[in-house]
Amino acid sequence: MEIIGFIFICIGILFNFFGCIGLTRLPDVYNRLQSATKCVTLGTCSILIGVFFHFGFTEAGIKAIIAIPLLFFSATVAAHALVKGAYIFGVKLGDKSVKDDYKDVTKS
Amino acid sequence: MRYIALFILAFIFWLLLTFNIDISNIIVGIVASLITAFVFGKYFIKDVIPFLQPQRYFWLIIYLFIFTWECIKANFYVAYLVLHPAMPIKPGIVKVKMGLKTNIAKTMLANSITMTPGTITVDIINDEIYVHWIYVSSEDPEEYSQKISGRFEKYIKKIFE
Amino acid sequence: MIDYLNILLYVQIALCVFCLYRIIRGPSIADRMVGIDIFGIIVVGICAILSITTKRAFILDIGIAWIILSFIGTLTLAKYLSGKKLNE
Repeated sequence: MEIIGFIFICIGILFNFFGCIGLTRLPDVYNRLQSATKCVTLGTCSILIGVFFHFGFTEAGIKAIIAIPLLFFSATVAAHALVKGAYIFGVKLGDKSVKDDYKDVTKS
Repeated sequence: MRYIALFILAFIFWLLLTFNIDISNIIVGIVASLITAFVFGKYFIKDVIPFLQPQRYFWLIIYLFIFTWECIKANFYVAYLVLHPAMPIKPGIVKVKMGLKTNIAKTMLANSITMTPGTITVDIINDEIYVHWIYVSSEDPEEYSQKISGRFEKYIKKIFE
Repeated sequence: MIDYLNILLYVQIALCVFCLYRIIRGPSIADRMVGIDIFGIIVVGICAILSITTKRAFILDIGIAWIILSFIGTLTLAKYLSGKKLNE
């Protein structure tokens, strides 16, 4: 059981690493948020699942399971708020962008 | 009615979080849940009857499996984009129509879109979602609507409406 | 097992450097806020691994509290970005 938990933790840290590379490499705010939110959230969920496998159905294991939906909803809502805030603040889309349907809504 | 539902939810959450069944612990939990229910009850979901229908939970479990699979695929896709030396991205904001009515269903669809490959919800206005997409692969609205929200919409309709 | 977990803990702590790079270097305010948001989630991962290496369950409580606090902080910053008053 501990071995399975260890493997889950390794996968989680690998995904966290990818997310952090995306945070430094990608060109503009929206793309950075994409990579960072998805990879880091799933990576941390995977770490928490690993903690659950390590402890089993004890106090700590149940707490790790509770933390997963909490983390999931808070991360998605925070990402949504940040994107909208950045757009209203006036951060431009990057140079490579091809389409922008949201422009008409914010003007009126 | 919704005050009672919130009270039960808060009490279950308390029991899971503290994880011991003493009489003193249960009394403290009941008091804390009562306070929570009285203060925040008016912000809770209006109609709690659909919570009691068992077939919704069945669809919820199937949806969770599909969603987890999509989520993992999304992560490998983003990891590929990040590690690729040239970074083949083509970002843009697109408008997607949806056929959902209730607020909770719209919220769940927006959350699902945020966690799937290369898409993140920017705003919801009436029944249109504005989505930031990391690789705009087609110009046809029908096609990308199907690609972005078509997979989840029918399940969410069965679960939350 | 614990030794390997300690190494993983150091890797996870090292990931904070990427976020700090983005916070210090970021060209606009929004970039810095993305860095802060991701920093909060990574700290939750650190808490989860620490709870195994030290064999103490209460560190997970700290993690749960950290999730909620970082969520509220990010929402406040996002509201500031979109130019609204905080009580709207």
